[in-house]
Amino acid sequence: MANILVYALAHEGQINKNSKGAISKAAELAAELGGSADVVLVGTDVAGIGDQAGAVGASTVYTVDAPEGIAATAIDAIAALVDAKGYDYVLFGGGLLGFEIGAGLAARIGGGVTVEVTDIKVDGGKLVAERPIFGDTLLSYSHYKSKGIIVARTNAFEVKETGGTATVEAFDAPIGAAAGQVTLKVRGEQRGADVNIEDASILVTGGRGLGNAENFSVADALAAALGTGSAVAATRAVVDAGWFPYAGQIGQTGKSVAPKLYVGLGVSGAIQHKVGMQASENVLAINKDENAPIFEFADFGVVGDLHKIAPALTEAIKAKKG
Amino acid sequence: MKILVLVKEVPDAAVAKSIGSDGTIDRSGEKALNPYDTHALEAAVVIKEGGADVSEIVAVTVGPDSASRTLQGAVSRGADRSIHLSDEGLAGSDVVATGYALAELIKRESPELVLLGQQSDDGGSYAVGSVVGEFLGQPALSQVVKLDLTGDVITAERQAEYGYDTVEVKLPAIISVGDAINEPRYPSLKAIMGAKKKPVEKLTLADAGIDAGKVGTAGSGVNCSDFQAPAQKSGGTIITDEDTAATVEQIVAWLDERKLV
Ligand SMILES: Cc1cc2nc3c(=O)[nH]c(=O)nc-3n(C[C@H](O)[C@H](O)[C@H](O)COP(=O)(O)OP(=O)(O)OC[C@H]3O[C@@H](n4cnc5c(N)ncnc54)[C@H](O)[C@@H]3O)c2cc1C
Ligand SMILES: Nc1ncnc2c1ncn2[C@@H]1O[C@H](COP(=O)(O)O)[C@@H](O)[C@H]1O
Repeated sequence: MANILVYALAHEGQINKNSKGAISKAAELAAELGGSADVVLVGTDVAGIGDQAGAVGASTVYTVDAPEGIAATAIDAIAALVDAKGYDYVLFGGGLLGFEIGAGLAARIGGGVTVEVTDIKVDGGKLVAERPIFGDTLLSYSHYKSKGIIVARTNAFEVKETGGTATVEAFDAPIGAAAGQVTLKVRGEQRGADVNIEDASILVTGGRGLGNAENFSVADALAAALGTGSAVAATRAVVDAGWFPYAGQIGQTGKSVAPKLYVGLGVSGAIQHKVGMQASENVLAINKDENAPIFEFADFGVVGDLHKIAPALTEAIKAKKG
Repeated sequence: MKILVLVKEVPDAAVAKSIGSDGTIDRSGEKALNPYDTHALEAAVVIKEGGADVSEIVAVTVGPDSASRTLQGAVSRGADRSIHLSDEGLAGSDVVATGYALAELIKRESPELVLLGQQSDDGGSYAVGSVVGEFLGQPALSQVVKLDLTGDVITAERQAEYGYDTVEVKLPAIISVGDAINEPRYPSLKAIMGAKKKPVEKLTLADAGIDAGKVGTAGSGVNCSDFQAPAQKSGGTIITDEDTAATVEQIVAWLDERKLV
């Protein structure tokens, strides 16, 4: 028997989708292990949202009244819970905090940690986590000596509504000195215009290869030529640089999309970007580096200068459409 | 204020990566400084140039003897000296064990600020900073793309799950910087030559007083094995642009076949 605790990330009263996926996966694994799948929520406004975790498979939900969005605080809370209730595994649905809390927690409680996990299996009464490495060209399997901390890749696990209910309990955790050094001033600031990329059937994505903010006009023109249902999206690199609004970012800390056609212009195809677009039906990539990871998963790849190819493609599509 | 910058030697990006017969990453072949760590070194130099009272910048690495050239390259980007922990006993360390060793090295120096890169280029886990912070009892923040220092408080901005967060951290603290924080400058020839003369402290586990039972395979809580290739996806068509008119024709034909134009 082994018990699993899931850290669920919640913001403005909602448990996020990846956390719900992790809860559903934990419930399935706990049933196989003959243990329970419980959840911990950390935040000043989480006392009333435990039922959301129950509905996707959680048995008991512990709510900790402490500021959300700070890893140090959550590490203190989760370590205290693991200590008090004896969990064998702690599972995270990903997110930036998932990595930070998971790694810190492993150090605190003497466990092993694996990030970017795409699958978890039970083997001999223990959990084994699958992590793709080397740009997804090889799978590696993590085995834990004692406690296992497993941080899932974005969209790794499906949310399964069970319609169940959970016991919700407040848990008082002592918060340590490191957490006291941190103050969250702004959480979730939306930088730039509120663009919509989730409803588009065609997405032209601009990456650092565009060169500068002005050159997004190349992507705009191609999207316009591709017609109704097309929109322009971006990588984190260009959003961080202030070239494009955050609302239009695809990936781990951005949106997950599944258009009929994804076009990458100067996008390298890093894993953290890929996880947000790999459900696209058709992937077209233009990149001047033949070793760019995007060519590993593009359906049609062109090795070349986007500044030459994309404008010519725009004209050819316009001409074809007449 | 003393700043430590953690740097790692990784296989050169152009080298195909593989797993060796011993089940760990095959580290033969060309090596390079982890490109993400150049942003951490640059961030340290920017803090110093910005007028903060920085007494020294120290580059720190945990890695084999052969990493010394890479470490020297890191020093040429603005460090005053370096520390190199190298010991057979470190082989097979997982991220918690590596973070433990780094934390022990940091304790000997008591810096106000530790800077790191956003990830290791060879199978990074973006986790070392958080592990180090935990062992030191100090807060750790990752993926920071804007950093302002006022007195002993850092105001950091980074993209998290719901948008951009602004966080204030009182030093001492551990900060991993994202690659959008700056454009690292290339070291001058003078700096490259000068780096050879900067002090290097080369340590073994025993020298550094690190418990050998807490690092290496024995000190690691996770072990990775059963490596296998993922289910093969049917490969796409990759063409090289030689004649743009012909390239565009092929793209349009591909789009047309799929009824996308
Ligand atoms: C915790 C974490 C979370 C992250 N979350 C996200 C996320 O949500 N979304 C995301 O996108 N990234 C995310 N990242 C960052 C990710 O790892 C990559 O750094 C990022 O996706 C790279 O963006 P890019 O492809 O635009 O830039 P680069 O990787 O710099 O690639 C630019 C590409 O353009 C090509 N190029 C240059 N000039 C030309 C030209 N003239 N013609 C054609 N091609 C050209 C280059 O060959 C290169 O391949 C995250 C990283 C971490 C560590
Ligand atoms: N062996 C090491 N020696 C020194 N610094 C390291 C080492 N491994 C990782 N780091 C630092 O930690 C950062 C994040 O690495 P990782 O958590 O492996 O993705 C890197 O960018 C380096 O700054």
